[in-house]
Amino acid sequence: MSILGTRVIRTEDPRLLTVGGVYVDDLRAPELEGAARLTFVRSTMAHALITGIDASEALREPGVAAVLTAGDMDDLPPPPPESEGGGEGGPVPVGGPWSEPLLAADRVRFVGEPIAVVITDGGYQGEDAAELVSVDYEPLPAVVGARAAVAGESLLFPGTSSNVPVSRVPDSVDDSPFAGCDVVVEQDIVNQRVACLPMESRATAAAYVNGKLTIWHSSQNAQLCRLILAGALGMAPDQMRVIVPDVGGGFGAKVGIDRDAIIVAWACKHTGRALRWAETRSENLVGMTQGRAQLHRVKIGGNRDGRILAYRLDVIQDTGAYPRTGGFLPGLTCLMAPGVYDLPEVQTSFRVAVTNATPVHAYRGAGRPEATAAIERAVDLFAAEIGMDPAEVRRRNFVAPDKFPFATKTGALYDSGEYGAALDKVLAAAGYGELRAEQKRRREHGGPRQLGIGVSTYVEITAADAGAGESAKLVVADDGTATVYTGSSAHGQGHHTAWAMLVQDELGIPMDKVTVIHGDTDLIPDGVGTYASRSLQLGGSAVHKAAIEVKDEGRHQAAEMLEAAEADIVLDTDTGLWQVRGDPDTALTWAQVAGHASGGTLIADVRFSADRPTFPFGAHVAVVEVDTETGKVTLLRHVTVDDAGPVLNPVLAEGQRHGGIAQGAAQALLEEVLYDADGNPLTSTLADYAAITATELPSFELVSSETPTTLNPLGVKGIGEAGTIGSTPAIQNAVVDAVAHLGVRHIDMPATPERVWAAIEEARAQ
Amino acid sequence: MKVSVRVNGHDMTADVEDRMLLVHFLRDVAGLTATNVGCDTTSCGACTVLLDGESVKSCTVLAAQADGRAVTTVEGLAGNGEMHPVQRAFHEQHGLQCGFCTPGMVMAIVSLLRENPHPTEEQVRAGLEGNLCRCTGYHNIVRAALAAAEVAS
Repeated sequence: MSILGTRVIRTEDPRLLTVGGVYVDDLRAPELEGAARLTFVRSTMAHALITGIDASEALREPGVAAVLTAGDMDDLPPPPPESEGGGEGGPVPVGGPWSEPLLAADRVRFVGEPIAVVITDGGYQGEDAAELVSVDYEPLPAVVGARAAVAGESLLFPGTSSNVPVSRVPDSVDDSPFAGCDVVVEQDIVNQRVACLPMESRATAAAYVNGKLTIWHSSQNAQLCRLILAGALGMAPDQMRVIVPDVGGGFGAKVGIDRDAIIVAWACKHTGRALRWAETRSENLVGMTQGRAQLHRVKIGGNRDGRILAYRLDVIQDTGAYPRTGGFLPGLTCLMAPGVYDLPEVQTSFRVAVTNATPVHAYRGAGRPEATAAIERAVDLFAAEIGMDPAEVRRRNFVAPDKFPFATKTGALYDSGEYGAALDKVLAAAGYGELRAEQKRRREHGGPRQLGIGVSTYVEITAADAGAGESAKLVVADDGTATVYTGSSAHGQGHHTAWAMLVQDELGIPMDKVTVIHGDTDLIPDGVGTYASRSLQLGGSAVHKAAIEVKDEGRHQAAEMLEAAEADIVLDTDTGLWQVRGDPDTALTWAQVAGHASGGTLIADVRFSADRPTFPFGAHVAVVEVDTETGKVTLLRHVTVDDAGPVLNPVLAEGQRHGGIAQGAAQALLEEVLYDADGNPLTSTLADYAAITATELPSFELVSSETPTTLNPLGVKGIGEAGTIGSTPAIQNAVVDAVAHLGVRHIDMPATPERVWAAIEEARAQ
Repeated sequence: MKVSVRVNGHDMTADVEDRMLLVHFLRDVAGLTATNVGCDTTSCGACTVLLDGESVKSCTVLAAQADGRAVTTVEGLAGNGEMHPVQRAFHEQHGLQCGFCTPGMVMAIVSLLRENPHPTEEQVRAGLEGNLCRCTGYHNIVRAALAAAEVAS
């Protein structure tokens, strides 16, 4: 019987539970023995000219080896020329006048920007000395928020004429599709800036080992780190080795290697000293890239029978102080703008605006949660306007199951979907009719605790860069063990368990004889990594493909050994034994078969790439209680269908959904990165940033649904981000629904008590 | 200053800076790196250990305050090669993903169950308010705590 689809608990866990993982700051490698500590001096101003840096006092402190500034960076290649920036294909910095330095030279553009590094023998000394580095500033007007950036009264980058490095705005707006609609609704919606907040903040160590610049970095992909480092430091990739040890969460913010960590690598190269850096959480909340940060204007029109005829989404992306991703995020948002609906007309536009805030990059969902939030709010606004149940409006506009593959008006090609079935399943599981009846009872009773029911239906794009594929090398040795070298990069997902399951399923080599290795450019020079929910469909398919190649080679060897035709050789995957069909006495083990091969090993080194991305989908129902006297929201239930095709291991897939739902709920209810009018961050510690806790969440109710894709041999799509994409709008819609009878039409996220209370009061006053 | 701490049953004496935090004593002096630092405001609980049997956030305790006392970290929880019931429940219920919050989370639950051996789900959630996890949505952590309580009863 196949192990695939069964509940297998993780092989990773015993180590993590008993001695703990080995994250970068836990490394006790001999090469890092006596490594110096690197501490950043960061800008305390949002926008200013640097007029002087004085490190003399810091240099007199005990244990201080060096203080390095931009003036010491005379060994770097020139910055890249200006480009279009990234689109749907991937994140690309804009370059040219918009280039981001490593250490700031003459100007700072956000609080937290690196200005200098202090190198000390110990960690406490570093913090002391960094305090003593004196930086003189000449303040410039801070550009706070994307609207101020677009207005362009103060420019961030000399040599440019606006704060908008990338845009895709049509020359003229065509309003005619809305002209024939019974009802047209417009709404400004804020998709607020949030912190990615992996529990392990950024951490890097660097040392020369056997002449190679060796970087240990908390990342989602070692190979991309090496590529970026090679470009930034002007080195050949083979002069470097990047090792990714255990990683304490990434959520998109650890894709590749960012500015601060590149500085650590440079400082090691520059000084020749082994170095360690592990940022504090207060640094993390201003220095690590943040997510979302979009302003939306939605316009939706349709008829009173529930049919939506036209939808427009205009996006302003606050990209923070440096356009690190070009147009990547809003490009994805616009691509996915129509969601699960078959709409006759869809119009999109985006502008990317630089602001004096922490740079923005991918965060769980990266552009797609924003698209879903916009259309799912818009559909609810439309439903409220025509007085129809929001679930029914959705049902009347879904892409029908017989229309796949479905080409959207925005250029996506959805592979497979059963949107109506997903909605029906989630409504049944939630008991939607009974919930509406309970809501009605409470409204009639008129008490302060009102019930809100929110629905969202979504489709998202996973493995957007499917063509880049993923690598896998599988080695079966003459002791009967198997080793998988994967270009995919685990940081909590359970790759080691999942990849071992794939090997056992195909080869019959038991999981406990399968070792999985990832995150080391010496061992795996070629790999892409883990982001965009790509791991199983590309990395897993690569392991599957490698296993089939090894099996073919094993069959060849077994045929020779048993002096039989290859066509007569069979592998029993329950026992892992090779035999001549119908002759159990001939059984050979993998150890014997590998031992017969040249070198005593069977090896397959493959890459799997898919023709196109896949499009998981689902439906969520959130049930909230809102205290109309205080505005307090309580999430009572969250029920979901998240269909990403066949499930390899329900334990892992459910875990991805749970975590995703919670992060989506966090955005809907609590989390927001805030700045004051001068660009000072107001949420730069965990005492100020409202990270979601166990007390604010219920246990989740998951409903299974598996619609396969034909784009990979496993039939799978990505599940890493689906929960986040579906949950945010369901909860936001539920909050609005709870107080809709009081006249509230829309409440921006996060639905804090203050904001909900204010919306109720405002509606009552009208 | 000189401090002596009994760490996971072993006496350990070292000369440390007055201001050294207990978590750095554990990580850098005792060499026990399972206990992690996740914030600098006593908010996240990744550094939770037991001090004389009660859970504390070791980023907010000076090593000097632990002088003459006993500390238990997650490394000291398993006995005779057997995982503690809370560790086992985390494994069986998939209560961890990246593993970074896990040692602190496990120690917080060990302490919680000592105070209240039969908590409700709501009591478990309230008890974990000071421990952040970004991967699991807390769903399976809560299940693990309840399963461990079940096993112990």
